[in-house]
Amino acid sequence: MTVLLRTLPIFTLLVSIALPVGLAQAQTQAPPPERAPDTMAARVLACASCHGADGEGTSDVYFPRLAGKPSGYLYNQLVAFRDGRRKYPPMNYLLDFLPDAYLKQMADHFASLRPPFPAPAVPAVSNDVLARGQALVKEGDPKNGVPPCSACHGQSLGGMEPAIPGLLGLRANYISAQLGGWRYGTRTAAAPDCMQIVAGLLTEDDVKAVAAFLSSRPAPTDPSFASRGSLSMPLACGSQPN
Amino acid sequence: MPRTLKALLPAFLVSLLWAGTSPAPAQDAALLAKGEYLARAGDCIACHTAREGKTFAGGLPMKTPFGTLYTSNITPDPQTGIGMWTSDQFYQMMHNGRFPDGGLVYPAMPFASYTKVTRADSDAIYAYLRSIPPVKQRNREHDLKFPFNNRSLILGWRTLFFNEGVYKPDPTKSAEWNRGAYLVEGLGHCGMCHTAINALGGSSESQAFEGGLIPMQNWYAPSLTSNKEAGLGDWTIEEISDYLRKGVSARGAVYGPMAEVVYNSLQYLNDDDTRAMAIYLKSLAQGTSPDKPVAPLPSAESSLLLSLGKQIYDRECASCHGAQGLGMPPHYPPLAGNQSIQMVSAVNAIRMVLNGGYPPGTAGNPMPYGMPPFAHRMSDDEVAAVVTYIRTSWGNRGAAVSARQANELRAATLN
Repeated sequence: MTVLLRTLPIFTLLVSIALPVGLAQAQTQAPPPERAPDTMAARVLACASCHGADGEGTSDVYFPRLAGKPSGYLYNQLVAFRDGRRKYPPMNYLLDFLPDAYLKQMADHFASLRPPFPAPAVPAVSNDVLARGQALVKEGDPKNGVPPCSACHGQSLGGMEPAIPGLLGLRANYISAQLGGWRYGTRTAAAPDCMQIVAGLLTEDDVKAVAAFLSSRPAPTDPSFASRGSLSMPLACGSQPN
Repeated sequence: MPRTLKALLPAFLVSLLWAGTSPAPAQDAALLAKGEYLARAGDCIACHTAREGKTFAGGLPMKTPFGTLYTSNITPDPQTGIGMWTSDQFYQMMHNGRFPDGGLVYPAMPFASYTKVTRADSDAIYAYLRSIPPVKQRNREHDLKFPFNNRSLILGWRTLFFNEGVYKPDPTKSAEWNRGAYLVEGLGHCGMCHTAINALGGSSESQAFEGGLIPMQNWYAPSLTSNKEAGLGDWTIEEISDYLRKGVSARGAVYGPMAEVVYNSLQYLNDDDTRAMAIYLKSLAQGTSPDKPVAPLPSAESSLLLSLGKQIYDRECASCHGAQGLGMPPHYPPLAGNQSIQMVSAVNAIRMVLNGGYPPGTAGNPMPYGMPPFAHRMSDDEVAAVVTYIRTSWGNRGAAVSARQANELRAATLN
């Protein structure tokens, strides 16, 4: 796989050198047409109208920020959308015929970007709810067996390599929709599906509290994720093999 | 069920059946490679593999106007797949659309095309399918509405639309042309989409390759015979070959159902076969085609539509497709002079604006460029305006599009 990834750019280069010759012959109009920029940014413009040109997110509260999430997480999601495990028809449709190697390059691209974070949301919930959210995120709910988010997503909530996402820069609606999806089994990941277990232990009020607290957090001072294996996770996760 | 009965046969009988026909190991590798190649050319995998399912184990739901069909397991599992079939029985399925017990196959299986496949090629595919890992997965019952759940109706369909017979080469044409025709009309089963499907779910030979709306999917499969649609008369052989094998070309790129065909099938064909198909497809094009309908909008309304359309185009589209619609081929397709945009059916152009799309990632184009979706950012009026602008500018001769047409396609199934 790594070899394939390394040879791809060379191959693309060869193709792009070889193509203009054929094109020049094919064109009957005088000026040779411009070439599309040979960059990942140009290739993933299809993502920009929902996720922002740099993966920073847009004003739509249900379209998440992609930038700076660990590449393995983004890759897993791209594969899950392509193969239909995650269901959102516009995403399923766009990714239908893209090979693994290319999805990996897309994931690497967005993982490497660091656009500014949006202004934190002004919480629309009471201070009690916010405090409950903070407690769940930082300490969990030991009585009910709920581990804190920070145990796997990092103290700074920036995620951990290779496949645990950062939780900041997301809107409350998106977070609660995802936690709801995990609870009801409409969003799943490779077994053992740790997030399904955790979300299954949360109540609807818990979900609301966690979403409100996370979305109200200011931008992290260090927008990077924890290195692989730096946190000892309380649960085994199929998508984060240690 | 006949297959349940067969499952009761002792295993030794199976091996007895096979003893006479199994090829010697020496020729195995070449035969299997040929079979795998031909199975690609026939795009078996696209229907016989479900999402996240085991390869060739079937179970993919296929929605039709008559109900939902579930594709079958074609792995060599003796109980649930085709492990008990002989090569004769496999050929009977491909050639004549009948199960080993004589039962009739629903024509969603393109046997009306596969009937043109030679016995030797059928045997190679058979040998290959015998060599893949068996998967034990029982076929799911079809879910068809009355009266279509009555298989004897297929007899009527066959009388109207099925002509059994292996491809007969045309001695007045070159070997390349004949090879292309064999692939396009046979394993490629291109006519399944590119020939209009009528209310009876059949396609008429006299309208072969004249194009049609693909039922349920709401994509328009353009005519391959009219130069004003996807007729390839004025494309070069290289452009057609690029389109088929890489998924992008100087003239346009593949999206929607055709992206699937390139991704799973056409990208794997060799230079000679791709070229042969290109030669045949180019020859299908006829010089003339029916006249365009006159734009139905009154001029005041249409000029309003066009000025809004231009505004949107310059803001959202021009950075890639150019102010003059020249694009940056092959990755940003040209819109000026692009046949697929001017066709009588505006379905594909509207859907590209609503849903965007990626051409398939292929060996020849491993990192395709994507078109963004605009469904969530544009109103029906805006979609109609910009598609009308694109269809009527720079010498394009398409008809105007209404907001209603745009609205109807918002509900189109995405995948």
